Amino acid sequence: MSPEKMTRMANQIATFFESQPVSDQAESVAAHLKEFWEPRMLEKLAKHLQSGGEGLSPLALEASKRVTA
Amino acid sequence: MKDFIIPTSKDMDMGTPASKSTEMVTLTIDGFDVTVPEGTSVMRASAEAGIPVPKLCATDSVEAFGSCRLCVVEIEGRRGTPASCTTPVTPGMIVKTQSSKVKKIRKGVMELYISDHPLDCLTCAANGDCELQDMAGMVGLRDVRYEAVANHFEARNSSGDVNTQFIPKDDSNPYFTYDPAKCIVCSRCVRACEEVQGTFALTIEGMGFNSRVSAGAAGDDFLSSDCVSCGACVQAWPTATLQEKSVIEMGTPERSVITTCAYCGVGCSFKAELNGDELVRMVPYKHGEANRGHSCVKGRFAWGYANHSDRILNPMIRDKITDPWQEVSWDEAISYTAKRLRDLQAKHGVKSIGGITSSRCTNEETYLVQKMIRSTFGNNNTDTCARVCHSPTGYGLKTTFGTSAGTQNFDSVEETDVVVIIGANPTDGHPVFASRLKKRLRAGAKLIVIDPRRTDIVKSAHIEAQHHLPLLPGTNVAVLSSIAHVIVTEGLMDEEFIRTRCDWDEFAHYAEFISDPRHSPEATAMLTGVNANELRAAAKLFATGGNGSIYYGLGVTEHSQGSTTVMAIANLAMMTGNLGKNGVGVNPLRGQNNVQGACDMGSFPHELPGYRHVSDDATREVFEAIWGGKIDPEPGLRIPNMLDAAVDGTFKGLYCQGEDILQSDPDTKHVQAGLAAMDCVIVHDLFLNETANYAHVFLPGSTFLEKDGTFTNAERRINRVRKVMAPKNGYADWEITMMLANAMDSNWTYTHPSQVMDEIAATTPGFANVNYEMLETRGSVQWPCNDDKPDGSPIMHVDGFARGKGQFIITEYVATDEKTGPRFPLLLTTGRILSQYNVGAQTRRTENVVWHEEDVLEIHPHDAEVRGIRDGQYVRLASRAGETQLRAQITDRVSTGVVYTTFHHPDTQANVITTDYSDWATNCPEYKVTAVQVALSNGPSEWQEDYNAQAEQSRRILPAAE
Repeated sequence: MSPEKMTRMANQIATFFESQPVSDQAESVAAHLKEFWEPRMLEKLAKHLQSGGEGLSPLALEASKRVTA
Repeated sequence: MKDFIIPTSKDMDMGTPASKSTEMVTLTIDGFDVTVPEGTSVMRASAEAGIPVPKLCATDSVEAFGSCRLCVVEIEGRRGTPASCTTPVTPGMIVKTQSSKVKKIRKGVMELYISDHPLDCLTCAANGDCELQDMAGMVGLRDVRYEAVANHFEARNSSGDVNTQFIPKDDSNPYFTYDPAKCIVCSRCVRACEEVQGTFALTIEGMGFNSRVSAGAAGDDFLSSDCVSCGACVQAWPTATLQEKSVIEMGTPERSVITTCAYCGVGCSFKAELNGDELVRMVPYKHGEANRGHSCVKGRFAWGYANHSDRILNPMIRDKITDPWQEVSWDEAISYTAKRLRDLQAKHGVKSIGGITSSRCTNEETYLVQKMIRSTFGNNNTDTCARVCHSPTGYGLKTTFGTSAGTQNFDSVEETDVVVIIGANPTDGHPVFASRLKKRLRAGAKLIVIDPRRTDIVKSAHIEAQHHLPLLPGTNVAVLSSIAHVIVTEGLMDEEFIRTRCDWDEFAHYAEFISDPRHSPEATAMLTGVNANELRAAAKLFATGGNGSIYYGLGVTEHSQGSTTVMAIANLAMMTGNLGKNGVGVNPLRGQNNVQGACDMGSFPHELPGYRHVSDDATREVFEAIWGGKIDPEPGLRIPNMLDAAVDGTFKGLYCQGEDILQSDPDTKHVQAGLAAMDCVIVHDLFLNETANYAHVFLPGSTFLEKDGTFTNAERRINRVRKVMAPKNGYADWEITMMLANAMDSNWTYTHPSQVMDEIAATTPGFANVNYEMLETRGSVQWPCNDDKPDGSPIMHVDGFARGKGQFIITEYVATDEKTGPRFPLLLTTGRILSQYNVGAQTRRTENVVWHEEDVLEIHPHDAEVRGIRDGQYVRLASRAGETQLRAQITDRVSTGVVYTTFHHPDTQANVITTDYSDWATNCPEYKVTAVQVALSNGPSEWQEDYNAQAEQSRRILPAAE
């Protein structure tokens, strides 16, 4: 999976939760990622974060940090 | 019903439809007291008392007509001899069905009928299955006094002159013939076409002796007319006038088995009628609760693929996909496959392989495939084709209501007042449901259609939508939010429902969001293309018109905001209180016969059967206790993720049962690359489908006629599938999966699918009380079926939502990334057609190709003109993903800026055009929005030529070694 495709998918999830009235949107995004993304996808996300996380929206970036921590 | 034989079977034709009244009336028929609902005909009451009255023009699928006069009876205190079919019962009525007076009338009527009927009974295709024959016997007709001077059945009269009243047999329809010589003008076919199917293709032309059935305008035959070949007329007809060609060829069937259709998610019940193990015809079963005795051209007639010469009956293997196939024994195929898969796991890890369950297979088969993946493979890399159709329904309805399923049964449509259809084309995709819907619309229910195309349901015979909102593809959320905006800002909500069934504070927050002027129809019109006044009127109609129901299809789910749209639909139903009773609800129209079942059975990589996440310890323990071993607590790969991982080199082996991902999944080039990167692709199917071009093992599958099991339709109805013949490939599909699992060190010992259902019931709360014995007794049941709901659940969320309180979700519109521009200025959307089914693997191998032998591109006259395209010309359709060539069809069914095609034919391969964009929550592909350009073509695209060459090369088969 290309980094562009992965960041687009993560950003799409973040865009949805950005509109939701929850106390911790990053937690919701992280929970969604944990619920639906297979570990090797999350590993890819972690690697992408290590190299700067280019293309991830601020909320997607924050959620990615939590889910790959 | 033609199969009036002896009135002992529950299939007996009662003459007129059942009355739904709860008031009961008692009368006396031939000295017996009979109690029936008010509104019942004397004919039906008599039949219920076990006293059938002779009849010809009456049948219980259509309203009484009173034309043949054969059913006359005597009623004490009434003058004359009233027709029992058109006479309703009254309290204390005393009826005599036999008297010298009525016997004489009946005999006289029959004598007239028979005087204009050819007496070739012994060689007639309806011999033994003809009501005219039965009635002649029943009334004791022994001679005919009239000479047939003027008649309809002799081509020439006695002096050798041409008989102008004679019309030769019409055999234009591939499945049945129309023989006017045997017509008795009972109008049953015409009434069935109107009342049951709702197409109004047939009519009676002329008067008196000149009355004839006509298939439409002068010059129309049964193929060229509006007839949709649903078979309702053939079913209703009492003689051989409309006769299945299969019966003409094979003779009348001698036995029948009740089973379930393997096409769409309506899940019609059929009687498979056979001679020995040879299927003669499929007849819709009148007690089937999904279809109530109706059928469509696919289920009724398009079953010839089961015997098609393309069907593969022996297992085959090959080292490389460039090699020809080698036929081998089952033992060799299974051990070869098991070894290749285990070798891959040894080399690349436990998670390097996975599988895809089939929404065309049974619940039991699907359950076993996911069980094999989770327990034998040892990972959660299981997915199903629901990924690419209704996965957003699962996510959206689970979030809002707490259960991933439609809320109603199909009968519910009979009590609806306002229907919203969004992103669905039921007359083509779910025809039997569409007929039931149209019947309700003709009785006065109102209709709102939200669809980019002017589909047939928008306007057809005696049906016209009050509002058609032709939105631009990709703007569903904006349109639904605007509808909600109108309802909320105009105060049309059902406040009591919201207060008692949902969280009021949560709704208040939602109301604040949706009331913002940016959601007003006037504000969204610019991006949706929907007229604001029309939208306001539609919103008011839905909120105030009585029972409001929403039916939707893949035009909702297959978008980057598919899940959001499903939740927007749920919001609308909740705010208007349209849940928990008859006539309302949120109704996903499922594409395939067992999409609902495949989802229920734990096909998704993150969920065990019953929609419970794999990370839930308690759920895993339930299955671990029965399966043995540990279940991975992490979610597995979804289909698109499998293909991505294959390209990345970490996913190496795929077991694919009954699904053709190469043709049906988006962005064909990416699917090709993913499949080509795998070391072991196992295709388990009836035919060498497109995916098999990249397979190393081919395991031949069995058809729905060749195995036992259950399908679960769109209304959660668990229906039996019954084995009517032995599998031509040697094994039912569940046996093949079991052989593979056992070759990989499992120790499964199932000897019948009923044992698999018992395991499902033992592990999955919604199925707790389901078993085969119960299904034998009841016919079918809708889940949840457990101690709380021992009779199943026709309607869900009656007293409360599965999740407790219904949840309103904020649905912000987000435009898709797929945008038109100078290079790709048009939007392509895709769909299905009545006569073909999905990738066409089955229907392309039937006579249905006479209606649709190739995919065509619908384009608006204006868009065609500026490109110099004329109707029928080949055009090149290109997107950023790929290009293909197909013929143009110029039509204003699509708006300017929008083009449409179907995906039934691999020669066109519409999915080479679609992109890898997907729903944010579920990765369901965005099939319905692709930016494209259309131009005149100068031949097949290079991709098409390469593809066809590879396919041809890949399908070579070497015979088995001696």
